[in-house]
Amino acid sequence: MFDSPQRPFDENDLHALADGQLSPERAQAIRAQLGADQAERVAHWAAQRAQLQSLYASIATEPLPDVLLTAANRLQALQDRQTQLWRWGGMAASVLLAFGLGWTLHGQWSGQPTSAPLPMASEQRFAQQAALAHAVYQPEQRHPVEVDAAQQEHLVQWLSKRLGRPLKLPVLTPQGFELVGGRLLPGESGARAQFMYQNAAGLRITLYLGALNGAGADETAFRLYADGPVPAFYWLDQGFGYALSGSLGRDALLALATAVHQQL
Amino acid sequence: MDRQRIIDQVPALRRYARVLTGDAWAADDLVQDTLERACRKWVLWRSGSNLRAWLFTLMHHLYLNQLRGSPPLQVVDIDTLHEGLQAPTHDADSALDLERCLQRLPADQRTVLLLVALEDMSYADAARVLQIPVGTVMSRLARARARLRELMEQSPAAPTQKPVLRRLK
Repeated sequence: MFDSPQRPFDENDLHALADGQLSPERAQAIRAQLGADQAERVAHWAAQRAQLQSLYASIATEPLPDVLLTAANRLQALQDRQTQLWRWGGMAASVLLAFGLGWTLHGQWSGQPTSAPLPMASEQRFAQQAALAHAVYQPEQRHPVEVDAAQQEHLVQWLSKRLGRPLKLPVLTPQGFELVGGRLLPGESGARAQFMYQNAAGLRITLYLGALNGAGADETAFRLYADGPVPAFYWLDQGFGYALSGSLGRDALLALATAVHQQL
Repeated sequence: MDRQRIIDQVPALRRYARVLTGDAWAADDLVQDTLERACRKWVLWRSGSNLRAWLFTLMHHLYLNQLRGSPPLQVVDIDTLHEGLQAPTHDADSALDLERCLQRLPADQRTVLLLVALEDMSYADAARVLQIPVGTVMSRLARARARLRELMEQSPAAPTQKPVLRRLK
């Protein structure tokens, strides 16, 4: 509204000048062109501002009554929780929506024209879901997984049963990542498992897997899905999709994906 | 992302409420109601959005509801009060003058001027708080400033009258 320095100025700009709401360049450009009458008005308004602020300055420095402190602290606690929620990549709500609607709203959600949503291959959607699931659970401090690594045997049995195939837990210790645990998630075409690993620095990666409808028995190469909140390498193998997500560089993530793939 | 702390917003809310209501108790009640309403509506706030403008918006809304719900304060024109009022100390003359003139501005002009000049709010935020277009903010601001100037210039030698509804202390 008040940006471009070269634009001719009007009355609103004079107010913005008195209120310090112009960019320094624009303010300077206008000051240089002010008539005496305009300059006087701007100065008067600025003085009015200063007078107002000093008149009521003391109110803002009075100690707060307890009742307001209590109310403010309660609100602060809510804010902290909410901020945490949105900081998870802001994805929690989107993921729920997306899982629920089978990504039909994807075009809308990602800001692409809704009239012509791009058809997305099911593998790509799978990778996208993996990256989103990563963004949701990765920051979780108290409940990052449903079943933790201490109950590894149970974890594998349970998820094998739910995914309808004997699963193997890849070991990434040589790469510096230890198993945190895993959880069951809903996917577009059935159950998904998410295994989480963490390195000594606290960085987490997740392996997301599950049966993909329409995926043949053949194996595909690694592909990178980079449009999600974190990058994910994904591949298909015998009707199953796999995606490894993490906030890592392409090479590091690819090395980990290779290590996972070799063990499955 | 900067963490916007609630407690840092409260003094400005109190100040604006005080000038708005002209009453310290009523102002703190209004701020408390605002914080409580914010607790109930918290899910509507999004991290990273302007916390201050959001709280001011809630407060302004509550204030308008209060005005609608309670009988209007009896406003007595200063000029009809003659000499019956106590003269304030002289060093506070111009401040009282400003305060008195401020209270004589129409409410819609006063709120805009207070948000912009006192609370240093951007025009866009003030528009959001008052739920009016930015253009309306600008026209009210212009009128408020012109009127305030007139009022101040009319009464340079009339510092002896105390504002009627002033219960600030």
